Amino acid sequence: MDDLQKQLTQPSPESHQEWTGKIISSLAIILIGSLVLAILVFLTIKGIALFTDNGISIWRFLSQTDWQPSHQHYGALPMIVTSFSVTILAGVVALPLTLVVAVAITEILPKKMTGLFQPLIELLVGVPSVVYGYLGLTIIVPELQRLFGGTGFGILAATGVLFLMILPTMTSMTVDSLNAVPKQYRQASAGLGATRWQTISRVIVPSARDGILTAAVFGMARAFGEALAVQMVIGNTAVMPKGLIESSATLTSVLTTGIGNSVMGTADNNALWSLALILLIMSLIFNLLIHLVSKKGVA
Amino acid sequence: MKRIITVVITAAIIVGLGIGWIAAKKQPPLSKVTVVGSSALQPLTEAVTKEYRTVSPQTSITVQGGGSGTGLSQVQAGAVSIGSSDIFAEQKDGIDVQKLQDHIVAVSGIVPIVNRDLGIKNLSLTQLRQIYTGKVTNWQQLGGPNLPITVINRAAGSGTRVAFEQVILKGQQAVNAQEQDSNGTVKEIVARTPGAISYISAAYLSPQVQPLKIAGVAATAKNITTNRWPLWSYEHMYTQQKPTKATREFINYMQSKHVQQTVVKQAHYVNIHDMQVQKDATGKVQGKE
Repeated sequence: MDDLQKQLTQPSPESHQEWTGKIISSLAIILIGSLVLAILVFLTIKGIALFTDNGISIWRFLSQTDWQPSHQHYGALPMIVTSFSVTILAGVVALPLTLVVAVAITEILPKKMTGLFQPLIELLVGVPSVVYGYLGLTIIVPELQRLFGGTGFGILAATGVLFLMILPTMTSMTVDSLNAVPKQYRQASAGLGATRWQTISRVIVPSARDGILTAAVFGMARAFGEALAVQMVIGNTAVMPKGLIESSATLTSVLTTGIGNSVMGTADNNALWSLALILLIMSLIFNLLIHLVSKKGVA
Repeated sequence: MKRIITVVITAAIIVGLGIGWIAAKKQPPLSKVTVVGSSALQPLTEAVTKEYRTVSPQTSITVQGGGSGTGLSQVQAGAVSIGSSDIFAEQKDGIDVQKLQDHIVAVSGIVPIVNRDLGIKNLSLTQLRQIYTGKVTNWQQLGGPNLPITVINRAAGSGTRVAFEQVILKGQQAVNAQEQDSNGTVKEIVARTPGAISYISAAYLSPQVQPLKIAGVAATAKNITTNRWPLWSYEHMYTQQKPTKATREFINYMQSKHVQQTVVKQAHYVNIHDMQVQKDATGKVQGKE
């Protein structure tokens, strides 16, 4: 009798298991959370040092167009403008193509072809960015040079490379969101006598809209933060971009070329950290956008 | 049966680990030397490290890139044993020279290069200065074809650029131009862009690009030792004022006649013992005393 009572009132081994699981997972969450927090705090402290310690005004930093760290000119506007142009152009070029490829894979091509294409695209997602950069440097840049003259380096070359880089990611995300549209939608549309084109353009794509937009923002966030591939083809000239095939520089390309050549704690180095802070803030905004877009999702 | 096997295996593992531990205890302790900094010097250091392993197997040496700035600030902070750098610590803002000890381990020539199809093989110092300050913008002005000059500069603050500007620009400000960080990328771009000019470490020269003579003088090792070829810089290894024994020994080995005559030469650097002149941080050159 006592034994049974004991067994019933005391926690069972299974409940112990629950507890251990809970503790381990909360520890993991605390670890990750504090890592993120540490990065945020560290970057913020380093990023504002230029304004607090070196007495450069934030407004001048954001609005001036003259970037010459060796002569104490810290104007980040050219890099901000170039980063945004490259990102938006790559997104705008990639979106229609992604949509067509994704629709073809999910709706039009026979199952066998889909089985061939999907792994292929997923494979492209894993290609390291330096490979894309090298392709850009050896193929895209000389080709642009031949077509338009000049050096071929610049926003257009970077757009081309980033387009190649974000296309696979965006396509596989778009494919997923198109696949998530319930079968009944398609059947109902067919039942009403709609053609395949009508079904795709009026039913499937609109119901997957939020997923597609999320894919686009995700791709653009990746494009914004890409450093290596862009650095190889953009030309790294820290001036206001005058055209699409003029050398310019993005936030990331200035950061990667400059950080190893400056000494921690000097104004030059702090200015680079401020650029990194801008990058961080922008990627937070991109993340927020993804959340906003995907929250209202139907499909 | 199963239980016996488990016990035997566990016992074997424990005994194995124990023996290994005792054996490891008996070995002389490993002394560690970390070299961080100049990516231009990294291949040479790695090659020397490989040989040094046979000379002094109980020293473990780690070589990392990161750039001269990183090397200098890390060694100043005491985070690494050696900070390698292409430039004098005096030339870098934010470094306290008093804290550091300079060891010169090689001399590196810097060579202006142009695209192969350009047809120009020789420029004067003045012409180079005019190109890099933006006063001359077309090759026609220098007797070449009617082609705009595409200036490719090196990353601001990098060792190669500081040395180049010290000799060529003499304090004038460089034109706003494309900046590239690595010797390899620069070579690739110059090889592919008609009308492009840049400069790289002599160690990286290849038939892809056309090296330039300056006023008829070629960038040979012999011309560098006498400063007839003025574009060269030291490769430094900075340590704190009191380096450890292992660090000192490694640097001594690096500076030894044997290494300088074999590995350093093979890597297309110039032997420090051959130099007949010396340069100080301000760029002043004088005969070696």
